[in-house]
Amino acid sequence: METMTGAKALMTAMEKEGVKQVFGLPGGANLPMYDEFARCNIRHILVRHEQSAAHMADGFGRVSRKPGVCFATSGPGATNILTGIATAQADSAPMIAVTGQVPVAMIGRDAFQESDIIGMANPVVKYAFQPRKAEEIPEVVKKGFFIAETGRPGPVLIDIPKDVQQNEAEMIFPDEFKIRGYHPWTDPDIVNVEKAIDMLLQAQKPVILAGGGTIISSAFAELQAISELLMIPVVTTFKGKGSFPETHPLSLGPIGMHGHAEANKVMSEADCVLAIGTRFSDRSVGTFEAFEKKLKIIHMDVDPAEIGKNQTTNIAVVGDVRASLRIMVKMLMQKAIKNTQETPWLKHVKETKEYWKENLKLHPGEMGAAKILRKLRELLPAESIITTEVGQHQMWASLFYDVIQPGTFFSSTGLGTMGWGFPAAIGAKVARPDIPVVDIAGDGSFSMTENSLATAVLEDIPVIVFLLNNFTLGMVAQWQRTFYDRRMIGVDQGKCPDYVKLAESYGAQGIRAQSMDELDKAIKTALNSDVATVIDIPIDPEEDVLPFVAPGTSLSDMILPS
Amino acid sequence: MMWAILSILVENKPGILFKVTHLFRSRNFNIDSISVGVTENPEYSKMTITTYGDEKQIAQIVKQLDKMIDTVEVKQLDEQKTVYRELSIFKIKLSNASDSMEINKLANAYGAKVHDVRKDSIMVELTATPDQIKAFEELAAPFGIIDIARTGVAALQRSGS
Ligand SMILES: Cc1ncc(C[n+]2csc(CCOP(=O)(O)OP(=O)(O)O)c2C)c(N)n1
Ligand SMILES: [Mg+2]
Repeated sequence: METMTGAKALMTAMEKEGVKQVFGLPGGANLPMYDEFARCNIRHILVRHEQSAAHMADGFGRVSRKPGVCFATSGPGATNILTGIATAQADSAPMIAVTGQVPVAMIGRDAFQESDIIGMANPVVKYAFQPRKAEEIPEVVKKGFFIAETGRPGPVLIDIPKDVQQNEAEMIFPDEFKIRGYHPWTDPDIVNVEKAIDMLLQAQKPVILAGGGTIISSAFAELQAISELLMIPVVTTFKGKGSFPETHPLSLGPIGMHGHAEANKVMSEADCVLAIGTRFSDRSVGTFEAFEKKLKIIHMDVDPAEIGKNQTTNIAVVGDVRASLRIMVKMLMQKAIKNTQETPWLKHVKETKEYWKENLKLHPGEMGAAKILRKLRELLPAESIITTEVGQHQMWASLFYDVIQPGTFFSSTGLGTMGWGFPAAIGAKVARPDIPVVDIAGDGSFSMTENSLATAVLEDIPVIVFLLNNFTLGMVAQWQRTFYDRRMIGVDQGKCPDYVKLAESYGAQGIRAQSMDELDKAIKTALNSDVATVIDIPIDPEEDVLPFVAPGTSLSDMILPS
Repeated sequence: MMWAILSILVENKPGILFKVTHLFRSRNFNIDSISVGVTENPEYSKMTITTYGDEKQIAQIVKQLDKMIDTVEVKQLDEQKTVYRELSIFKIKLSNASDSMEINKLANAYGAKVHDVRKDSIMVELTATPDQIKAFEELAAPFGIIDIARTGVAALQRSGS
């Protein structure tokens, strides 16, 4: 036992959890914890807006699979991180957000910079704590990390009143604790795994749908083993993109609103799906009714509440999906099940894939999205990490950037938060400084958190912003062209700012690439630089993302390039 | 649509009622009635929530409640195997001379207690199932109901079930 302040206990407890850095911005209500940075081994990475701190922590968490930590002060600091917390929750990313709060005696009196952040954040956190006594802090931190990273991961908020940070107490750092209402692990039901195998073997047209849970649990090898042993083609959700190597002959890529044509086609023809770690989001499956028609669904998920939430399932296996898939692989090996015969279904799948490879019409110009993203793929090492912003560029990345090494593609898929990709890339680079990290960006999104350039430069975190610049809120413009008779309202970004100059003004590198040659050089230069680089790539503002499954329709009704 | 009685054992800490009711709102479920009280173990409170939904919705509510870290145990109680009661208090108008006697009779039939008899109103306390309370309300309506207060259902499963 040791006497120390709550703030010191917070930092000590975080060091015990292995925290090496915190992304944040100080203010009156969190000054006591900030002062502790002077006395501990945790690095502080200063942001220019707290939302970015949360996205950085999120990016760090998704890549390292350990919660990233962000700090913000009370009131506006706390409300600024809300978007970041909600984004992490929607994509089940582990995160610890620590906010300062007004002193306990001031709570509820509308004090200066008081906001009821616990009340506001409740619907978008996995859990929230507000320790009222300094001595509660060590256990709160321990529980917080445990909750954030186990089961279905998510963000945990720890809101600490200023006096609780300042007060001294005898601190016990517990090794054990009890959370009675939290059971993150369920052992997968072996009988149901066996039934699932039978169902897959009996199916004429089986398909595997790999969701984000496959990536969160790193079930890459297991997924590939099952697909290969049973010779079942793999489609993914957008969040599951890259859970299976997209260069694999059995890979069809993401389904959904902007899924690959071959993936949507095959998914809508299948008679049985092994769905792994997915919530069957409307963006992935189109209308629920059309999706489940004629389809037998086997659903594996760590979260029991996902079973039957959006889709009726025939067989459910609750548990960590990697554990469930391992059992399945083991059973297949024991039963010596290995398909080698090319079924008519598989032949059809291959033909479908070939057909769309040759027949999907692409933008004819030199700087069409497909060409640009394929160039990026060609020049990036296989292990490079991609984050994206939100919009057309994000969907082009999904369509045209093939993930080779599983688990290297991250996006705000659930909440669709513009401005996520750049700070998330910074967080990812902090987690993996040894490999290139590229944010595939749009101009509108990048504008939202571009001031993170200051963090990238001053903290020496050299990420690459790969900016597909159509000078417009392109995705919205596409909907206005498609559904609103070309009435373009509120989408023109007016060639403002000049992103090369913007980058340079922060001390970053700015390169404009207007031809394939320039792009080639720019990517190589960026990869060889030790400073953050923005590659500004002007593109046609009228290029659409196609295919497009309009909202409220089924995956088989794709709008295709004319 | 079916009616369901949910028995939810929660940590006896501040803010939990808010979280549980908020879950109903944010997930688009309905609360029909709610009652809360501390259990024999002061570390826990028990919430009894009655709700309507189809089978799938009720199953989803139970799972979402179960997923909450502050809930220790969530059960959907089988109506047939459960003792469930709600306390209600009716204030009823007295217009005619015979009203008081007739309301007393009605109260007797329902095992209700009569309180606070005034010149122009009478109060009846009825502990019963929500269905019985509704039936009583319909019979009392012709006299003119001035006010009703209800506690929400409290429920316990019978032993051995
Ligand atoms: C914070 C936020 N505000 C608004 C939206 C709605 N929205 C979705 S895509 C988009 C346009 C994005 O523009 P840009 O980043 O330039 O990408 P582009 O579609 O042009 O590639 C908008 C406004 C959103 N997803 N997030
Ligand atoms: Mg744009």
